[in-house]
Amino acid sequence: MTETKNTIGRLLPYLLVGIYFGIIFTKSEVISWYRIQEMFRFQAFHMYGIIGSAVVVAAISVQIIKRKGIRSLDGSVISIPPKVLGKGTRYWLGGMIFGLGWALTGACPGPMFALVGAGVPAMLVAILAAVAGTYTYGVLRPKLPH
Amino acid sequence: MIDFLSQPWPWYVAGPLIGIVVPALFLIGGKQFGLSENLRHMCAMLPGKVDFFNYDWKNGAWNLTLIVGIVIGGWIGSTLLANPDPIGISEATKSDLALLGVTRFDGMLPTEIFSFEGLASLRGFIMIVVGGFLVGFGTRYAGGCTSGHAISGLADLQLPSLIAVIGFFAGGLIATFLLLPIIL
Repeated sequence: MTETKNTIGRLLPYLLVGIYFGIIFTKSEVISWYRIQEMFRFQAFHMYGIIGSAVVVAAISVQIIKRKGIRSLDGSVISIPPKVLGKGTRYWLGGMIFGLGWALTGACPGPMFALVGAGVPAMLVAILAAVAGTYTYGVLRPKLPH
Repeated sequence: MIDFLSQPWPWYVAGPLIGIVVPALFLIGGKQFGLSENLRHMCAMLPGKVDFFNYDWKNGAWNLTLIVGIVIGGWIGSTLLANPDPIGISEATKSDLALLGVTRFDGMLPTEIFSFEGLASLRGFIMIVVGGFLVGFGTRYAGGCTSGHAISGLADLQLPSLIAVIGFFAGGLIATFLLLPIIL
């Protein structure tokens, strides 16, 4: 019983962050297929402004956390593992495959879920297809160049 | 206030509000922002013997909880805080899309494609099912999506993330300018 309570208490902040995100994604129209098309056609600054200013705010915060050695609320050290470059194939090739899907569905993984809440149940099918895509990657992973 | 909330939010409000979640997740529990991880956790819930999914998905419970929240937030943003006006995308985009046969701009997306009726057509199938599959395959192959690479990764000045983001755009441009004219 206490364990269940603890779990709920531990997860509640993430539920709230998710709700906050869902509202922002919807209100800024990041979840809109039209906005993604506008972005890939370079016809408005909107999406670039959102991603760009999000990166700037996140980058400044991450630098402050790193330099001051700030710990998380539970007292643990915050570590940000660097991504391994290797040959880099996975990044450009995987990135391109993701980009193809992003432009077709008009949604990346976060917005797909916001769209379900925003009354587009067909996005559940896109999510299932994305799970199938991830599963296929997991199966083929040993054979793919990374 | 309610007026402001129901209007579409400009980029300089939405962008910083999204960016601040990166340090917030670090501070709450040392978690790294990346939403596509959830697709992997869902695979890890399935029975099977694929090495890549052979871990306890409950370690990702925080992230799965976050996307449940996103669904709820999407509902709030589109009902309680709904924008009554048609989407304000640029006229240039509207006329480009009209040439491809997309002429309705009254929702977040063309419902004639992104609906169960649309799914029954070849173009709906390609856009929803093939598109979704490519998102899921590509994001795990690349090791992250818009949140993990474009926001978390670039914020930490990681070169692999920059390469991935360039890849995202290359793929998106190919789909927009070469594939959509054929599909639509």
